[in-house]
Amino acid sequence: MSPSDPARRDRPWVFRTYSGHSSARASNELYRQNLAKGQTGLSVAFDLPTQTGVDSDHPLARGEVGKVGVPICHVDDMQALFAGIPLDRMNTSMTINATAAWLLALYVAVAERTGAEPNALEGTTQNDIIKEYLSRGTYIFPPGPSMRLISDMIAYSVDAMPRWNPINICSYHLQEAGATPEQEIAYAMANALAVLDAVRARKDVPEDAIPRVVGRISFFVNAGIRFVEETCKVRAMTLLWDELTRERYGVDDAKLRRFRYGVQVNSLGLTEAQPENNLIRIVLEALGVTLSKDARCRALQLPAWNEALGLPRPWDQQWSLRIQQILAYETDLLEYEDLFAGSRVVEARTRELADAAREELARVLAMGGAVAAVENAYMKRQLVASHTARIRAIESGEQKVVGVNAFTEGEPSPLLAGSQAVLVVDESAERAQIESLRAFRSRRSAADVAAALRAVDDALTSGSNVMPSSIRAAHACVTTGEWADVLRKRFGEYRAPTGITARGETRTAEAASVRERVHRISDQLGRPLKLLVGKPGLDGHSNGAEQIAVAARDVGMEVVYEGIRLTPAQIAHSARDEGVHVVGLSILSGSHGVLVVDVLEQLRASGCADVPVVVGGIIPEDDARKLRSAGVRRVYTPKDFDLTRIMGEIVDVVAEARAVAA
Amino acid sequence: MPEALNLADDRRPERRAQARALLDRLERESPFPGAPRIGITGAPGSGKSTLLDALVRRLRAKGETVAVVAVDPSSRTTGGALLGDRIRVRSAGSDPGVFVRSMAARERLGGISDAARAGVAILAPVFDHVFVETVGVGQSESEVTSIVDTLVFVASPGAGDVLQFIKAGLIELPDVFAVNKADLGEVAAQTAHELAGALELGAREPGAWRPPVLLVSARDGAGVDALLEAIRAHGAHQQASSRLRARRQAGLEDAVLAQLALRYGTHGLAQLGGAEGARKRLRRSDGATSIALVEALGAEIESALRRTR
Repeated sequence: MSPSDPARRDRPWVFRTYSGHSSARASNELYRQNLAKGQTGLSVAFDLPTQTGVDSDHPLARGEVGKVGVPICHVDDMQALFAGIPLDRMNTSMTINATAAWLLALYVAVAERTGAEPNALEGTTQNDIIKEYLSRGTYIFPPGPSMRLISDMIAYSVDAMPRWNPINICSYHLQEAGATPEQEIAYAMANALAVLDAVRARKDVPEDAIPRVVGRISFFVNAGIRFVEETCKVRAMTLLWDELTRERYGVDDAKLRRFRYGVQVNSLGLTEAQPENNLIRIVLEALGVTLSKDARCRALQLPAWNEALGLPRPWDQQWSLRIQQILAYETDLLEYEDLFAGSRVVEARTRELADAAREELARVLAMGGAVAAVENAYMKRQLVASHTARIRAIESGEQKVVGVNAFTEGEPSPLLAGSQAVLVVDESAERAQIESLRAFRSRRSAADVAAALRAVDDALTSGSNVMPSSIRAAHACVTTGEWADVLRKRFGEYRAPTGITARGETRTAEAASVRERVHRISDQLGRPLKLLVGKPGLDGHSNGAEQIAVAARDVGMEVVYEGIRLTPAQIAHSARDEGVHVVGLSILSGSHGVLVVDVLEQLRASGCADVPVVVGGIIPEDDARKLRSAGVRRVYTPKDFDLTRIMGEIVDVVAEARAVAA
Repeated sequence: MPEALNLADDRRPERRAQARALLDRLERESPFPGAPRIGITGAPGSGKSTLLDALVRRLRAKGETVAVVAVDPSSRTTGGALLGDRIRVRSAGSDPGVFVRSMAARERLGGISDAARAGVAILAPVFDHVFVETVGVGQSESEVTSIVDTLVFVASPGAGDVLQFIKAGLIELPDVFAVNKADLGEVAAQTAHELAGALELGAREPGAWRPPVLLVSARDGAGVDALLEAIRAHGAHQQASSRLRARRQAGLEDAVLAQLALRYGTHGLAQLGGAEGARKRLRRSDGATSIALVEALGAEIESALRRTR
């Protein structure tokens, strides 16, 4: 019998593109355009204020509104986001975590408003807090209450929204944070087990509902450039999930034990240098999660070729969408049974990865599970170590990245000619959103809002499911910030461990020579060179900042690592109190234009006008120029992969500022 | 005030003189007892930063100002240091009533640098409370004892650090024991028992302070008030029995000795009769500041060394 049967072609996975920006209306236009181009599902990107539970007019939202995603402050925003898109006929994935319960409540409220049955809604809320603690940084509450919110959503949707995936356990971000395949598998599984155990422990979920709950658990996986290994990785995950769900939760129905996952391919490896190469990387990475039918993804999101430069424009997103369409419709991939069943090579590597992952998983479980391994910083330390190893391998040239540390000479790219090859977010969008928000607040009934918030608070204190009262609050015109504040009061806010170990390490000869310079300038300054590293605004991607802190420590600097979610005032006060010689800011959210200038002002106001500032992040060249004229001494972007060189330049910067020899 | 701390840290000769003058003045003119100086130590992972954060917030809620000197280890190989405490002591930053200074332990064998000692001296006249947070790795406990009035040891339940602590003979140093993560229930209670048991075995003079073993949970705030109360009670006990004066004095002696040892080594100290002899001399010279004493005794050592050549 032929292994292929064109008549029995599989239906392709869902094509999504992660998008959203500026305003609900602008994003709605973009969604409709993308759907018209052949996208088959939506993937909503929310801005950082929405992700971290603050309204667009909150001080911490400054510079962040509408930048990395769409601002959604209330039910009208949500309704505008899906205008003309019937919710009962769309599949919507929402990348939302700490405030997932609220955004789901808004989605359901809009469905109810527009006549779509909540139990027909199809889609996903990412809702995975553990990876937020480990790498993405948009958590709000401590682990305990966060797990409770997650299990509330699962318990609620398993009956009320049976076609909805209440959670996407994310291994994606772990790879972005430097995880090896074994770590990616192990920590994702540990995470899933922690969630399932939390749900199983609930009194309102009967034992016989557990198999159905298990069946609703889905994953969000990364697909890296080592696509053969990645193929084996997803086969290993399929194997392990089947095993774990059978053994730990007694799920007999094989269909409910299937490893269901969506994918976004690796973004960490997308380069700023020779960015056209990224398209090739994206295509190859897509193969890792589509080639093996037994372990194929259910949905695929492909980043654009220019993600390392800035936000993609509609054309950039279209180009990536075409990859999926050509792969699904023009090739014969979907006509075949699994290509690798029986392959000695693939099955051996799959087994290897599964075995190593099982070991690491056992280690985490022995500590008390994923939550314990977050609180004691174990997983985070492992990730930081893997990431450091990767950076060193790239710095030394051991790991080749084409266009970055190998084959760097080339023709100028026509794709970069002309004006900025990225989307420029309209700066007036923030103002417009704030005005619209204020108008919204003035139109609503204050009494209704107060009553709705009280009801949410009651649910929190009485231990009942937070979803019903949240949906009612959405209808009552409560805002995102108001809902989150009620929870903040009850749960408190949390700062996750950084996972950076205290031990220094000697590195290369270059590092040794920079260390020499650091010691010399420290003698000139009278005390060791002190650097403050922090992230202003709401961007929580701390991996880069952590690596800078580690590199600085390794060349002999004293580093005050401030962490994430700082106001410019906090940074300036710390800089003054700590007596630092230089400040390093890390921003990846596009809010650098506003926030960096604020930090410079605050430094001046705190009497630290003579403290130089360097900035790192996703910063287009035009913006970098503006920052430099505003007084920033150096701007670093992903193309500056040599951290040791950056350390040397920091010494230069301090020497210049202090007019001492370096 | 950050400038004063920067100055105290400055190794350049011209600045050293200014720093010495400042510290000398502070020693002479600072009111006694001034702000209580509280040491918080414990193994990595014991949650002491989070606990300190809870203590700071509680004190701020009562309207009291707090300074924190957070000491982290320096790398022996690179000389650098990662000072990350600030992100856990969340209440700082935008609140002018909280001041946090992160310091690297640097090359001092005991781990607490001169800068930390000077930092405490500079901050104590200005704030209602001064905390010194260090990583408990054995030697730093004895060092930090000489800078603070009350030493709190934070233990993590079931982590074995209590046993290590007892084995290392350091059980006599802390004045208050806090077993953190009380929300873990039985294992925390067990650790508290172990500690209490070990403390019973030590000999104690009549009227001496009996270190309490408290169960706290930095996460949900349980026991934080009791901990503050225990710290306060210890401070009161010391003051009432004039132990505080003696303790501070001993701390200054330690600082002088450490300075002399750093500069002149064992051979130099031997000129004064070794550490014992040096201490006797220090006790006889009442009223002089530690800096003046270092100068005076240093001069003696130098002339003795010249004679022996």
